[in-house]
Amino acid sequence: MLLSQVVNGLTQGSLYALVAIGFVIIFGTMNLVTFAHGEVYMIGAFVGYFALSVYHLPWGVALLLGMAAAWILGVLIEKMAFRPLRTAGHMPPLLITIGLSIILKDLAVIVFGAENRPVPSVYETTIRVGGISVSVLQLVILALAGALVLALQLLLKATKIGRAMRATAQDHEAAYAMGVNVNRVFNVAFALASSLGAAAGVMVGIYYNTVYATMGATAGLKGFAACIFGGLTSLPGAVLGGLIIGVVENLTVQFIASGYRDVVAFLLMVLVLLLRPQGLLGRKLRAV
Amino acid sequence: MSLLEIRGVNVRFGGVTALGGVSFDVEEGEIVGLIGPNGAGKTTLFNCLSGFQPVDAGRMALAGIELTHLRPHEIAALGIARTFQTSRVFRRMTVLEHVLVGRHRHQRAGFWAAVARPGWVAREEAESLARARDLLGLFEDRLLPRMSDVADSLSYANRRRLEIARALAGEPRLLLLDEPTAGMNPHESAAMARLIRNIRERGITILLIEHDMKVVMSASDRIVVLDHGETIADGPPESIRGSEAVVEAYMGRRRANA
Amino acid sequence: MPLHAFVPGRANLRFWLPGVMAVAAVPVVVRSEYVLHVAVAAGIYVILASSLNVTNGYAGLFSFGHAAFYGIGAYTAAILATRLDWPFALTVPGAGVVAAAVGAGLAVPTLRLSGIFLALVTIGFQEIAYLVTLNWIGLTRGPMGIPAVPPPSLLGVEIAGNTGQYYLVLGFDLLTLFVIARIVTSRVGRAFVAIREDEMAAEACAIPTFRVKVLAFVIATFFAGLAGALYAHHARFVSADSFQLDETFVILTMLIVGGMGSLLGPVLGAVLLVVLPEASRFLAEYRGVAYGVVLIAVILLRPEGIAGAPGIIQPLGARIPAEEPAADQAMP
Repeated sequence: MLLSQVVNGLTQGSLYALVAIGFVIIFGTMNLVTFAHGEVYMIGAFVGYFALSVYHLPWGVALLLGMAAAWILGVLIEKMAFRPLRTAGHMPPLLITIGLSIILKDLAVIVFGAENRPVPSVYETTIRVGGISVSVLQLVILALAGALVLALQLLLKATKIGRAMRATAQDHEAAYAMGVNVNRVFNVAFALASSLGAAAGVMVGIYYNTVYATMGATAGLKGFAACIFGGLTSLPGAVLGGLIIGVVENLTVQFIASGYRDVVAFLLMVLVLLLRPQGLLGRKLRAV
Repeated sequence: MSLLEIRGVNVRFGGVTALGGVSFDVEEGEIVGLIGPNGAGKTTLFNCLSGFQPVDAGRMALAGIELTHLRPHEIAALGIARTFQTSRVFRRMTVLEHVLVGRHRHQRAGFWAAVARPGWVAREEAESLARARDLLGLFEDRLLPRMSDVADSLSYANRRRLEIARALAGEPRLLLLDEPTAGMNPHESAAMARLIRNIRERGITILLIEHDMKVVMSASDRIVVLDHGETIADGPPESIRGSEAVVEAYMGRRRANA
Repeated sequence: MPLHAFVPGRANLRFWLPGVMAVAAVPVVVRSEYVLHVAVAAGIYVILASSLNVTNGYAGLFSFGHAAFYGIGAYTAAILATRLDWPFALTVPGAGVVAAAVGAGLAVPTLRLSGIFLALVTIGFQEIAYLVTLNWIGLTRGPMGIPAVPPPSLLGVEIAGNTGQYYLVLGFDLLTLFVIARIVTSRVGRAFVAIREDEMAAEACAIPTFRVKVLAFVIATFFAGLAGALYAHHARFVSADSFQLDETFVILTMLIVGGMGSLLGPVLGAVLLVVLPEASRFLAEYRGVAYGVVLIAVILLRPEGIAGAPGIIQPLGARIPAEEPAADQAMP
């Protein structure tokens, strides 16, 4: 029983991790915090929903469509909202993303309605692994999340744009001086983070068989909490943070009370900020 | 007892020793110049004295009162004021407001007094205002006519003067000046040297970090030279001027390696 | 004189007194219960935006948890009134005190964090407060909320009508603005701004920055709690859903649109952003979207808002004016 809760937790946690990674990419490269990430996740989820429920496409295609849509949205948001504020510090862009999240969420409620939309099931079978029941879907999600993280690592280590991103994250003025097109790097970083968030959104829709217009709010905040918990600038930290939150949430539901499920992420975030502000795996902070 | 006593102050950052056992005194009424090549630890020492940098070993005292573990505002309340290497003005406050803020420790009005405004609050503010105008007058016509201008609209040199005015507003016993003439032309630097001596006439002891040798030599009674976190010389300007050790420190020990 | 520097006082009575009298005359001229109800809401938001201005505008501490304290005040008043039969005259200060106590409790461990990290902790607190309120059924009745909160009453006289409540809220607005005006024009207010502009330099001026930041926080949360009590007695029903992060964003938007770091800014922002959505019913469900658009437009086009002190949310460019030669310097 405990073990299957842990598996549930890891599955949910891997999805939080994908959202959290998006925050780390944005903060690490651009030194910005975005409140609109949850809404991008939600839009990805809806694109996935339409692909699956309305057009009956295979889930892999739905996933790719969701990620592509988010990529485009990310490119637009970065160009329109962040580029004009390059030198403004992190408060004005933060406030802009608050405005964006309000707009996107309300538009979604207007266009899609506030009710839950059912997403068809994919992989309903369960198998026994090491004595516990695990659904194939859970394994798929875990594998997918792992694959995406690996692909991200590959991108960062082995491609030109990836190296440019890492250089920009270290010191964007130096990177600029060395000929890196910092504007393009920022744009790609934001788009990449957005598509990872959307991937999480699509898979959440499939996992829980439902999407709804306001699903982005809590997911965005929890993903952010995971990012802080793991260390604002650490990719492995974000993954670890997401997984831990997922597991602790599920154990809390099992052993304490289901109403307090959502408290876990924020409690961990607040505790980490008070006791170890750089997070589990983050490096010591420079002044922000 | 000297006004300022520094004994064996030691500060390490990771593996690097920024200050390796610095010791010297400053007597009341002195102007002591603190010089040395970049990275010698001068500003670090100022940060220790003003409470922004914890020391790993050693102690500092003002008129016998231990400074070593005090918070910056507590040290300021004892009567040590400072300026910063990169001018730290309150960008959106006016010149007058800067000087009033500098007088924070000489006023008592807290939350309840601010709301209720008993008679003494108005008197306190009026007195601060008068002293502020007085103080701004020290700077010839640079700051007084700009009393209501925000610091952001001031030129670089005026901002540095404003920082000094703010520091003086607290009526300190000891003033730490960190490169007051940085970015100034020779005319302005000479005026600054005069101002520094003026400040001493008002009974304030001064410890002065400077790179401009003309200013240091003309304004200081005594000069302490730091290099790589250690004092390598301590004496009147003439003795420093001719000191081989000082020249070497600045030139980077070329002679020793020749 | 620029809007943001306006401080009402005895000297400039002729500027603000007519305005206050006009506001006081509204119920005489306007007979619509609906308009008065909107006006009461605007009045409550004036207190919320003005109190948020103390931390976010004057002291430069970005708090994102204001709605949580609003909610704590509302629930405190509701519980005191419905369970302990406390009168309005006691529930209101009680709500303020409880909110301020929680504010102090949150501030002490967290105010050593700066900038974005403080913002995040306050968001975390906001979410936790909401979830605890929803789940602590014994105290708050959870999702059912607390109904049947009595209307305000003074000296035994019930003030149940919108007109009476309008004047009541107006009175509290004047009180709040009076206190805040006195604070920001005092030594304490100067200390707030000094801390906002450069905390290190403020410390060097013997300002105990930590204590002063906690004070700012306590002031802001006290008035948020006060506003909560007014809301509880006006709406007569409190529910956790009214006090979520969304609500903090609403208050923050009012503050930004009106302008931070000035006395008029939050007042204008609150009134505008309560009245305009009501007046623009034709926008229907797009009102929320309009809110977001307005926020973005202000940040991009006029970050100081309508009447805010310039430069609080703004690109801090390094433009430094050149020095003009002094009178005693000879021209070459």
